[in-house]
Amino acid sequence: MDFSKDQKHFKMLAKDFIKKVKDKEISVIKNTEKILKEAKNINKEYSYFNFISEEYALKQAQEIEKSIKQNKAQGSLLGLPISVKDCICTQSIPSSSGSKILENYIPPFNATVIQKCLQEGAIIIGKTSQDEFGFGGFSTNSAFEIPKNPFDKTRATGGSSGGSAGFTQATSLPHISIAESTGGSIVNPSSFCGVYGLCPTYGLISRYGLIDYANSLDKIGPMAKNIEDIELMLNTIKGQDPKDSTSLNQELKKSKIKKIAIIKESLDVDKQIKDLILERLDSLKIKYNLISLPITQRYGIQTYYLIAMSEASTNLAKLSGLTHGSQLHLKGTFNEYFSEVRSKFLGKEAKRRIILGTFARMSGFRNAYYLKAMKVRTLIINEYKKAFKKYDLLVSPTMPILPPKFSEIEKLTPLQNYMMDILTVGPNLAGLPHSNIPAGFINKLPVGILFIADHLCENNLIEIGKKLK
Amino acid sequence: MEINKELIQKIARNARLNLTEEEIKEFLPQLKEILEAFSTLDKLNTAKTKPSFQPIEIKNIYQDDISEPSLPQDIALSNTKHKKNGFFQGPKAL
Repeated sequence: MDFSKDQKHFKMLAKDFIKKVKDKEISVIKNTEKILKEAKNINKEYSYFNFISEEYALKQAQEIEKSIKQNKAQGSLLGLPISVKDCICTQSIPSSSGSKILENYIPPFNATVIQKCLQEGAIIIGKTSQDEFGFGGFSTNSAFEIPKNPFDKTRATGGSSGGSAGFTQATSLPHISIAESTGGSIVNPSSFCGVYGLCPTYGLISRYGLIDYANSLDKIGPMAKNIEDIELMLNTIKGQDPKDSTSLNQELKKSKIKKIAIIKESLDVDKQIKDLILERLDSLKIKYNLISLPITQRYGIQTYYLIAMSEASTNLAKLSGLTHGSQLHLKGTFNEYFSEVRSKFLGKEAKRRIILGTFARMSGFRNAYYLKAMKVRTLIINEYKKAFKKYDLLVSPTMPILPPKFSEIEKLTPLQNYMMDILTVGPNLAGLPHSNIPAGFINKLPVGILFIADHLCENNLIEIGKKLK
Repeated sequence: MEINKELIQKIARNARLNLTEEEIKEFLPQLKEILEAFSTLDKLNTAKTKPSFQPIEIKNIYQDDISEPSLPQDIALSNTKHKKNGFFQGPKAL
């Protein structure tokens, strides 16, 4: 399959597809069969799905088609196929978060975002592949098949939402993916796969039903072929949720883009990437300045990883082989059993992060590492807030490199892996909304441009995405 | 504080992980490198800075004290093979 083409094969907006469904011009059952067939074919080569929910999706399609025939059907996502990152719980559909320790875990409930999508008539076609628990930037830490870049199978999709991004690019049919970000896991693979991805303000979208990585950093957000689909899904799944006490009860602000600034330190990347980003910015014909964010750029990685690993190490403590997930024969004491299960079923990167996170929180080290990181986070948030007093959007390349080959990734040390997040950890730490907009291609590989807005200014991201088409 | 094999083993015990000798050998230089990089945060003066445990200020929220049906027992037990008489079954406590 050749996806090495421009974006013109993305012919139909989701809203136009949904209108055709409501007008009975498109059969939901036939369309669902078509996308399931396509997903299975693509999956054989590219491994974008850990699970394709064929039976579930067809049953949903039949129910929706029946209600359309009875003129009872309604919903802002009526008949639209969606894929869901494997860390988001879907009732009766396996949700493993890319880990052997949750292989065959079948959630007895839907995440709030999923419940909202289903109520609006969306059809879940499968759970997409990812780095285990979100631990990675290339989706190569998956305990299952590793997804491949749609433009070059020897290269990575990015991560951790690699399967979501890959399938969003590869499918020829209207579709939106629900993904998740902790340190950049929506915009990173969006950039490497040439699709739109939006990570919202922290708390805008409920995290209820998300298998945690880091509670103060996790955000759920959409990936799509175009900005209109992003806008549609964002407006469907946002909103306060009584089941998530960190979810916000505030409206999005109206868009206002008068002043833009490029983050100066972010231009120290591959020259071709830098030139392409500047060329696309120039095409906007909006004047832009340069701004320096020295604390974020110099200390963002350390701050992010200390907080993320500390929180992850506590979240993963619930995985013990007792109530759910992979299990062994019961023997020994509780501690002996827990240790045996966790050691057998958790991957290497998960163990490394648990060790680091446990260390950072330990008595004697907590002040120097965990608490210090929380204080530096304050400095980073303040640096952004000061920037947003002057500017409506900040800009940078999304990733410092082109999608790397798997053979190149194998040679990286863990620290070098972490450094790849240099451009994305900042907005994630500060809970700021940010989006990847496809900027073009270099050597037939996609490049993305990252826009960051102030809290609750997602409409600025939507507007700039429309301007940059 | 020196990062050595004994410290990693202690941390692993706290985290309920049995690391093999191979894993410890692999992790030791990696963890040293990572922690050395993380320690550069010391360069920043944060003596008068409050920590941000959340990126946005979170306010306490309350819900009405109304009882609702909880997860049915059979559903709660549906993802485990370790169960007996409607309870989760665990290893020996003593």
